[in-house]
Amino acid sequence: MASSTKNQAFLLGYRAYMAAFFIFLAAPLVAAGSFAFNDSLFPALPWQGFTLDWFFNDSEPKLGMFHDRRLLRGLYYSGVIGVMVSLLSVFVGTTNAFLFVRGNFPAKNFFYILMILPLVIPGVILGISILVMASNIANGVEDRFNLELEFLRPGILLVVFGQFSFVTTITSLVITARLKKFDTSLEEAALNLGASRAQVLRTVTLPFLRPAMIAAGIVAFLVSFENFNTTLFLVGSESPLTITMYDRMAKVGSTPVLNAVSFFLIVGSGLLALISVVIQRDPKS
Amino acid sequence: MQSDIKRLSLILLFAPFALWIALLIILPHMGMVVLSLREKVAPRVYEFGFGNYIDFINEPIYWNTLLRTGSMSILVTFLALLIGFPIAYYIAKIAGKRSRGALFLLCLIPLWVSDLIRAFGWILLLRETGVISSFLTDIGLIDQPIEFLYNDITVVIGLVYTVILFMIVPLVSTLDGMDNAMIEAGYNLGGNGFTVLRRIIVPYAMPGIVSGCIVVFMMTAGSYLTPILLGGKNSSWFTEQIYDQFITRFNWESGAAFGFLLLAFTSIVVWIGLRLTGQTLANTVAKS
Amino acid sequence: MNTATLTDPALEPAFDLECSNIHKSFGAVRAVDDVSFKIPKGSFFSILGPSGCGKTTLMRMIAGFEDPTSGDIQIKGKSVLNTPPNKRNVKMVFQHLALFPMMNVYENIAYGLRCIGTDKAEIDRKVKDVLERIALPDVADREIHQLSGGQKQRIAIARCMVMDPDVLLLDEPLGALDLKLREAMKIELKLLQHQFNTTFIYITHDQSEALVMSDHVAIMNEGRFEQIGRPEDLYHNPQTSFVAGFVGDSNRWSGRVTAQEGGEYRVETEAGLVMTSARAVGQGISSGKDVSIFVRPEFITARKTSSEGSSTAQNTLQGRVDSVLFNGANSRVLVRDPVGELIEADVVVTGGTEDLRAGDDVTLEWSAAQTMCFAV
Repeated sequence: MASSTKNQAFLLGYRAYMAAFFIFLAAPLVAAGSFAFNDSLFPALPWQGFTLDWFFNDSEPKLGMFHDRRLLRGLYYSGVIGVMVSLLSVFVGTTNAFLFVRGNFPAKNFFYILMILPLVIPGVILGISILVMASNIANGVEDRFNLELEFLRPGILLVVFGQFSFVTTITSLVITARLKKFDTSLEEAALNLGASRAQVLRTVTLPFLRPAMIAAGIVAFLVSFENFNTTLFLVGSESPLTITMYDRMAKVGSTPVLNAVSFFLIVGSGLLALISVVIQRDPKS
Repeated sequence: MQSDIKRLSLILLFAPFALWIALLIILPHMGMVVLSLREKVAPRVYEFGFGNYIDFINEPIYWNTLLRTGSMSILVTFLALLIGFPIAYYIAKIAGKRSRGALFLLCLIPLWVSDLIRAFGWILLLRETGVISSFLTDIGLIDQPIEFLYNDITVVIGLVYTVILFMIVPLVSTLDGMDNAMIEAGYNLGGNGFTVLRRIIVPYAMPGIVSGCIVVFMMTAGSYLTPILLGGKNSSWFTEQIYDQFITRFNWESGAAFGFLLLAFTSIVVWIGLRLTGQTLANTVAKS
Repeated sequence: MNTATLTDPALEPAFDLECSNIHKSFGAVRAVDDVSFKIPKGSFFSILGPSGCGKTTLMRMIAGFEDPTSGDIQIKGKSVLNTPPNKRNVKMVFQHLALFPMMNVYENIAYGLRCIGTDKAEIDRKVKDVLERIALPDVADREIHQLSGGQKQRIAIARCMVMDPDVLLLDEPLGALDLKLREAMKIELKLLQHQFNTTFIYITHDQSEALVMSDHVAIMNEGRFEQIGRPEDLYHNPQTSFVAGFVGDSNRWSGRVTAQEGGEYRVETEAGLVMTSARAVGQGISSGKDVSIFVRPEFITARKTSSEGSSTAQNTLQGRVDSVLFNGANSRVLVRDPVGELIEADVVVTGGTEDLRAGDDVTLEWSAAQTMCFAV
């Protein structure tokens, strides 16, 4: 009896701790999102009433995010970069999965560790090292051939490369995990029924991997979209959204339009993350 | 014939991997090391040497910043483990089947929100005109607004917040794989709560703990936004020094040296951590 | 023994499958060692052996997933060694069936036809036809995970049969089913084979599956075929001690021939039991040779020593019942013999007072003709 009441109290305390933790998790997001609806020029208390101006108003001083050309351009660049990164990294992630699950070659473990490494290298360092190499090549080419390789200067392409360099580890791990669960007798069965190698890949193996590939693509897109550290060093004149927001925060000071963007991103990425989880779930369970 | 096709497909599969690792990871890092060993002796004239590293040693601000970054990162890692472990344990072992998925998702959703937005949220809460300060003045607890930003405690809280999810996720997945019968057997054989935790649960979860700690430590040491935005001008975070050298002073040589030092320093800490716990990179980080 | 073939003159000489001198090595390991056999058209042929005996490797070579190190495989008289697996008209039912989970039943069955470019109307017709033949006409639109274990089994067979194969390979497909369903599927498989009249090659480690369903069974051990024959042949006339021990239950002793007289041998086991055997299999069995001795429990009668009865059996032993293993019609007693070993004998348990009980003194009797000796 005594132990059960003690357990009850313990469990209650435990639950309270959980609740406190989730409040801690939610608090800054709620703060960042909710001031988007405050009818004030500053993202601060007191509450001045509900408004959607910070989303849709088309004139200063309360210019809404959907009319702010710089923010929209940032959103556009972020989207373009995200799509490129996710396509590239899903492609390489898939070939990596086949390489490490099916392939047999010397020093496989060593290469596997190489594959994981980019995930634990600080993003800042990835950014500067790629910046240094690209500039070296561009300078070398310029000095020797008097040729200006614009794409090796900071800009969208370098940002894509920089993010791709570590996002690929994530997609590789996600797709590898799925491929490991694949029963190779399915491929043999398809071959046995007369399918060619290409047909087997197209009709059996890739459909099996598809949920993992889509989920990995979404994850890659989100990681790319929110990335700051690596992007910071590689960005040119086409700033993605996070960089635009950071500039705005540091130079102009925050206005509730940043809260509107935050709200938009929180909801958008939450939805995408949810989709990726649902896709990966086994239909049977 | 058959083996030729196998070899060809192996080469085709290896090519993207090799291009990726060689061109975007190995060569850039080698280039960074080479650059860090160049000394500027005159405009556009360089010499090989350790000058950039000697500068680092001779300037206490630099290595103090690195040590501060390292020790605060270890503190953040430890706090994240301390706070995150009970959360992960609750999700994996105590929560009911249905609430488990929901709780896990709740943990994941902030994961996908940019550092920037999270830091922005903290700023709105903690600054002098922020929510907490004005709330406390409104209810009369304090007389005038307090600035919660720009101190080390806030930076630590913000960093723990930013990285704790990366601690919880691997912990949940390892604890999830643990058979409940092992815990019950521990009690059944006469263990109390503490010994069961110390002798059964923690050893079992070790790969997850180490994996979480590595990722969290690396992310903290390499983070930029959170210390800058929450710590302000005097946050003295090492990545800030790198940024400063690269972008503000345009001194790429010493920036590259700093980058290499950060990488070497964090790698050594991780290596020591792996050694102390008897784990390897492949069976920890790769699994989560 | 390894070149045994089925040379029953009543059968047509048209062989669906012929393997000659197949070898397969994985490094230093010989998985399949000089195996030759022919399978006549339309028969049910089983390869029975313990796990690791090489039967799966043999089957994978027939399907084309492995290449033999040496030897030839002919299907309908043509060598298929240079035919890739997707061009061989040999279809296979996999151990875990390998139904495609991302396709429904119709798509699974139509898969092979689509691969070879059959037109749509023809595919429709054939799928419908094969579903009717396996008595599942209404499942075309179901997802695989909605099917029961027995239904999945039949769909896996239908998926192969719709291709009209020369030979159907089945790789222990009943292994994953529970006992009751397995018994039912044995009969069903046999009926399906009759209906399609296609050659089935069935590999299994379960002797009851092989014996019940097959026209012919090959016993495989350590990469070699020990014996090929009809199930009753294998049971009653094993040619090697492995077959005698592997097929059916036996009491087994190691011993030595002490005397030979006409067709009868006196043998003495290591523990000192003496018995007479009229069935010596293998060459060079003579006085002084080491032999393995097998007697099946159903050929040993056990009666209470106290009861009256005269015996004509050449072999008798006194013993005491150690325990009764009741299993309905298959009940047995374990009898402790004079040298302390346990001997199994089948008994009829009626439930009456005459039944043997533990502790009863019994006399065991069996004939010399049922005492098999194999040269070691």
